[in-house]
Amino acid sequence: MSTPMGFGRMHRKEDARFIRGRGGYVDDVQLPGMLYGAVLRSPHAHAWIRSVDTAAAEAHPKVRAVITGATLAGLNLDWMPTLSADTQAVLATDKVRFQGQEVAFVVAEDRYSARDALELIDVDYEPLDPVIDARTALDEGAPVIRDDQEGRTDNRIFDWEAGDRAAADAVFARAEVTVSQDMLYPRVHPAPLETCGAVADFDKVTGKLTVWCPTQAPHAHRTLYAMVAGLPEHKIRVISPDIGGGFGGKVGIYPGYVCAIVGSIVTGRPVKWMEDRSENLMSTAFARDYHMRGEVAATRDGRIQAIRVKVLADHGAFNGTAQPSKFPAGFFHVFTGSYDIQAAHCEVTGVYTNKAPGGVAYACSFRITEAVYLVERMIDVLAAELGADPAELRMKNLLRPEQFPYTTPTGWEYDSGDYQKTLQLAMDMAGYDALRREQAEKRARGEPMGIGISFFTEAVGAGPRKHMDILGLGMADGAELRVHPTGKAVLRVSCQTQGQGHETTFAQIVAAELGISPDDVEVVHGDTDQTPFGLGTYGSRSTPVSGAATAMVARKVRERARQVASAMLEASPQDLEWSVGESGGAWTVAGTGASRTIQEIALAAHSNLELPDGVEGHLDATCVYNPPNLTYPFGAYICVVDVDPGTGQVKVRRFVAVDDCGNRINPMIVEGQVHGGLADGVGMALMQLMAFDEEGNHLGASFMDYLLPTALECPSWELGETVTPSPHHPIGAKGVGESATVGSPAAVVNAVIDALAPYGVRHADMPLTPAAVWRAIQGDPIRTDLAIT
Amino acid sequence: MRISVTVNGQTHVRDVEPRLLLVHFLRDELGLTGTHWGCDTSNCGVCVVQLDGVPVKSCTVLAVMADGHEVTTVEGLEKDGELDPVQQGFVQCHGLQCGFCTPGMLMTARWLLDRNPDPDEGEIREAISGQLCRCTGYENIVRSVRWAAENQEAKA
Repeated sequence: MSTPMGFGRMHRKEDARFIRGRGGYVDDVQLPGMLYGAVLRSPHAHAWIRSVDTAAAEAHPKVRAVITGATLAGLNLDWMPTLSADTQAVLATDKVRFQGQEVAFVVAEDRYSARDALELIDVDYEPLDPVIDARTALDEGAPVIRDDQEGRTDNRIFDWEAGDRAAADAVFARAEVTVSQDMLYPRVHPAPLETCGAVADFDKVTGKLTVWCPTQAPHAHRTLYAMVAGLPEHKIRVISPDIGGGFGGKVGIYPGYVCAIVGSIVTGRPVKWMEDRSENLMSTAFARDYHMRGEVAATRDGRIQAIRVKVLADHGAFNGTAQPSKFPAGFFHVFTGSYDIQAAHCEVTGVYTNKAPGGVAYACSFRITEAVYLVERMIDVLAAELGADPAELRMKNLLRPEQFPYTTPTGWEYDSGDYQKTLQLAMDMAGYDALRREQAEKRARGEPMGIGISFFTEAVGAGPRKHMDILGLGMADGAELRVHPTGKAVLRVSCQTQGQGHETTFAQIVAAELGISPDDVEVVHGDTDQTPFGLGTYGSRSTPVSGAATAMVARKVRERARQVASAMLEASPQDLEWSVGESGGAWTVAGTGASRTIQEIALAAHSNLELPDGVEGHLDATCVYNPPNLTYPFGAYICVVDVDPGTGQVKVRRFVAVDDCGNRINPMIVEGQVHGGLADGVGMALMQLMAFDEEGNHLGASFMDYLLPTALECPSWELGETVTPSPHHPIGAKGVGESATVGSPAAVVNAVIDALAPYGVRHADMPLTPAAVWRAIQGDPIRTDLAIT
Repeated sequence: MRISVTVNGQTHVRDVEPRLLLVHFLRDELGLTGTHWGCDTSNCGVCVVQLDGVPVKSCTVLAVMADGHEVTTVEGLEKDGELDPVQQGFVQCHGLQCGFCTPGMLMTARWLLDRNPDPDEGEIREAISGQLCRCTGYENIVRSVRWAAENQEAKA
């Protein structure tokens, strides 16, 4: 594969180190004199802490410090702000509010001794009744979880609504057909293979704090540390090294990070803390946990007119969802999906429960996964009611190309789309009609086979700063581009890869703009001392925001090069034309052959060439990109499953995915990201579940209980693409990292329910394990009794 | 306990605690950080190394159990500056994203091809089914191993 001068397939630059085992992850950081931390966690979901006795732990010969909530209270660090402007205990002082909550932190000479010493800490708990089922959180007399908040008498976090209730109600009142369905999008966890951790190194002499931490948002972390700990921001350096997968779970600040920092300040030595897998699954950001009731109003011939949704959102013990301040339910109100629906209304109630905090994690683009699942399931419920083909019903109601830019009934402005073409391509690739014929034959033989469709529209690239922020920090991102005298470039960006291949794709963006090889562009990221401010990589925002910043800063460099070239060529800048030929980018005097390559210009920009007044020389530039709108990638997915009616076992036989993410910088990387998201969809639909018992014990706290898809559960993915560029993005690209995770669960579930239609099943909740499917076949689908009134 | 373990052809003698896991011995004692740790329950496979030529999950092997044995890690795949075909395959076919599962996948892939130089898709999926990848959906890992099978003599 040759290296393109810009966009196109090219191998990843970062692979060279990873295939040799030379990636540098946080647990690979070794510093002289480094100590190791371990966190003591609560065995109870809800309990008063009566006392914490650390004497025996402190007496352990290898222990250097034991930190408790009381220690932190003395530093005013026992509570910290969450990404939703709530507070979260760093180490519990008054009571514990979920199983696995952080209670104490031991710092010792080695990993094993730190763990040993945890056993020596004696905590006296007085258990309280927990709130585990979100549906009981608002019951009269329910235990109040957040009694740390003054005046609080219940577990309600927020009530929020969007759309026009009266308009929706009016349509429903006169509708020919209405359907209603309760569904749960259960609690899941992104489970990156690298757990969370940190190495903190506070230098008492210089007053500088350096924190290595696999964060998706290093700049936001630095600012929050400054605000919380009162440390001067210029004395804090956050280094986000290679990250072993993030998927949203590595956006927030976890108590362990703060403890490692305090541990380093207290001991005067670097402190490493790495959580284990159980800690990761029990205490770091979960996702979903949305109890939803969807209702659709339609005409008898299948024209969808209105949609209403009620949601009960389980946010756990601290409201730690990462989302813009304006939108407590994230972007859930994009739930009208890809359809032309005249009226819509949703209301969301968020509640505290005695479970881990989090919420917007797992490649979901701020709750769009829940929204897409809701609407795509409802379309199939309507299809079943009408006896309509789900593909035909979608085709009839999808937005048409001439409707773009399209403003939804809840206020989103979709930038571009050509939905029917994308769905048709997916149907052609799948051989939809032939599949339906096969299904009919199999049904006649009593063999359940299902075909499931999902059509999703994503809203990614947060976002316009007037609408979107995280804790008041606007969601614009910076980029700096330096061009050395020999024409080689260094790009510095605020986003941070967790495997997305930014070192390659961002070099390709610069390469395309400047007409140089991507091999001549070094991408620097993940180090707050080395990169401009920005909010990082999540919500599929790197290409929409930082990618745009990169294109814009490269264009600035190109304009600076024009000024220098005009001096070199003794021609007016406006007479110069930019072109990228086989030999690269060059400014040419229009109508002549007089030309200078970008490399020649770079050298001249640093030389003794006399430049006109106002032209500084050098080509370096910076920019900040404030996106004018989100980008709206979309796609059509078709899943084919076979179900064993005797065991309930689901086999995903085929999965066709057609994604439209606008212009593709590196199609190889786009396809790889889609593959990963599709596996997520299969996992969530069929296997993954964070379950709790009534005491609040976590029943999915290891990979033996929280099942993730392996190569055997995944089919060979069949991908297609359409290209509808974003009209407002500088390179016409849209984000894609989360598209498949957002779009695929509904396709898998729709396929399974389609397979079970002969048994009278209209809905069953994820995960559709063999037991769940078997029960659905027996007429007892679990959890369909969820009622939210 | 004093143990002697040959890792990637080099013999290391160390005093270790009996409970020390092989993965921590490799990473913390020998500085071979290419082998990762991910779950403690033998489910994820990011810690896979070869023990006497057989893939094992080094989070579930004690360092003392490797006493007198030969361990090969991802750092041992490249020989005399030549990448192993499986390493090349993962680059050629985009078989990795975050890179965390990659060393374990490479070690299993090498073992598979040593036993079965021409595995089909099903055999490859079976071979890596004890290991997790959260990024690739396995598609390109399968293709990478196939590439290596078809290019066993590839130099890079």
